[in-house]
Amino acid sequence: MATKIFKHIQTSVVPLPIENIDTDQIIPARFLKATTREGFGNNLFRDWRFDGNDNPKADFVLNNPNFGGKILVAGKNFGCGSSREHAAWARADYGFDAVVSSFFADIFKGNALNNGLLPVQVSEDFLKKIFDAVFADEHAVIEIDLVDQFIKIVATGEQESFEVNPYKKACMTNGYDDIDYILSKKELITEFETSK
Amino acid sequence: MGQTLFDKIWDAHVVSSNEGFPDILYIDTHFIHEVTSPQAFDGLRQRGLPVFRPKQTVATADHNVPTWNQHLPIKEELSRYQVDMLTKNCAEFGIELYGLGHPFQGIVHVIGPELGITRPGGTYVCGDSHTSTHGAFGAIAFGIGTSQVEQVMATQCLLQQRPKRMKIEVNGKLQKGVGAKDIILYIIAQISAAGGTGYAVEYAGDTIRSLSMEGRMTICNMSIEMGARCGLIAPDETTINYVKGREFAPKGEEWDKAVAYWKTLYSDDDAAFDSVLSFRAEDIEPMITYGTNPGMGIGVTQHVPETASFEAKEQGSYKKALEYMGLHDDEQLLGKPIDYVFIGSCTNSRIEDLRQVAEFVKGKHKADNVTVWVVPGSKQVQEQAIREGLDKVFDAAGFPLREPGCSACLGMNEDKIPAGKYCVSTSNRNFEGRQGPNSRTFLASPLTAAASAITGKVTDIREFLKEKELV
Repeated sequence: MATKIFKHIQTSVVPLPIENIDTDQIIPARFLKATTREGFGNNLFRDWRFDGNDNPKADFVLNNPNFGGKILVAGKNFGCGSSREHAAWARADYGFDAVVSSFFADIFKGNALNNGLLPVQVSEDFLKKIFDAVFADEHAVIEIDLVDQFIKIVATGEQESFEVNPYKKACMTNGYDDIDYILSKKELITEFETSK
Repeated sequence: MGQTLFDKIWDAHVVSSNEGFPDILYIDTHFIHEVTSPQAFDGLRQRGLPVFRPKQTVATADHNVPTWNQHLPIKEELSRYQVDMLTKNCAEFGIELYGLGHPFQGIVHVIGPELGITRPGGTYVCGDSHTSTHGAFGAIAFGIGTSQVEQVMATQCLLQQRPKRMKIEVNGKLQKGVGAKDIILYIIAQISAAGGTGYAVEYAGDTIRSLSMEGRMTICNMSIEMGARCGLIAPDETTINYVKGREFAPKGEEWDKAVAYWKTLYSDDDAAFDSVLSFRAEDIEPMITYGTNPGMGIGVTQHVPETASFEAKEQGSYKKALEYMGLHDDEQLLGKPIDYVFIGSCTNSRIEDLRQVAEFVKGKHKADNVTVWVVPGSKQVQEQAIREGLDKVFDAAGFPLREPGCSACLGMNEDKIPAGKYCVSTSNRNFEGRQGPNSRTFLASPLTAAASAITGKVTDIREFLKEKELV
């Protein structure tokens, strides 16, 4: 089934300089009861965004009108914890196309790639440069190019290349998904089963 | 060059391996539950595909279920809807469901092993990160996202990059009162919540080897809490004896054949690991976490670290965690009053955990300031506990034995820890809000949790054991 195509974006960013952001913060378990993939964006970072009476917390970055954009920039070990793909759906549903961090948890990274949300792993130094740029100018623009695998702070021209699995890159830039690929090898699966 | 246990199992399951592509890995059993499967079933419908191997798919309801009065309809509408949806989907796609009321119902990572579905040398996945539990049998088992749940339903295979291999050895004799949970909390505290990311971790050494299957499952269960893809332990007599005779374990000739194969499953002496770590059992105290990720753990007599001991860029996150927990620099947790004790979850809800707690609390009673929940991991564990009279011991101690489910591990069902309250919990995650909005979790072993329930404060189990020796 075709998925969203991702090649290149250039946008302002939302900074979240916190480390070890786990999937229970991204989407708390009590909001995992939906049976479709839509609507999770409202509960993205729910308990950081809203107080117990559902009023927005003014000091949280998503409630700060000065910050916005298609890229979330977060501290290291982003997405640790549960396997809930709802964390990737919530982020995509909210409107992010990419997440930048200096380290990603394994399952989150896979889930993101399977949902057209690009995880971009940068060095600690470059992450700091992005945070510095955004806190100096809330409208600082970041460019991410998946085809040539680089991320750039547009104002200063500073850039870094990033790694991405070549297969997942091909999927994202062409809009394929894993099931299409495995189904194309179906005779190998039945062969494997009979050989066991 | 010899092979690691992990590579032996992986290679035996590769359907296709192509340069530049992840491997296509065959999955022996796919476990599913109500939370991460509905969107996958929808995906199949949209593609017009059946479940490729329904007989290799096992379903249960665990995350959303109440742990009291399970015979009544689920009160919460969305939870009920999700559980009903699983029933409907399983019926439509021909999948066996161990739902509420079924004698095999329980937490997915408890029922797989106890039914003999989880076996050495197998590959197991589930839309739940604690699937790493099943690795205790010398199997490859890991959590997957819902797109991958759909993938496995459609093909019985998973596209996966082979992870790096890490060996963690623990050797030596454990102190009295220190168990499997303390070992894994200690390891995670040493290497951090991200220390295993990108690795399949094999646990080895004589301390690991001395553990029961329940203890090994506790260790492998928390592999994900150090970020590892999976955890595994080579099968031995302990493993074989555990599997033997279980409901779906191989029987007769099949059994002999299986055992002969299982005996080949170990890392060769000259197998190469990408990383090897070694710990001494004697260094491990009863452990407790103080922060908001499982890497933030200390020996129960130690003090919470000072903010200044962290690098400048980490201090903000650290302060945020302490503030959430209502703790301060250098505070000692020992003696801190608590409000709840939760004994349960896929980490510590097996019969051995309940037996250990029952033996300890026999003749004691919980402190007035503490509410205690004991939640068995499965219907079978619950029935076994009742047969052994553990429920009566628990009742007398003020530890009511509830009904099986994930319960207060993840604040998704009715069992939630209230805001601001402290809970000593035998579960696996202390994330902000994990046990309910603004709840505060101290992760610990079943014995530490039970001792803390008796005194009403964070307690060093070794104090009790000393008294016992004096008597």
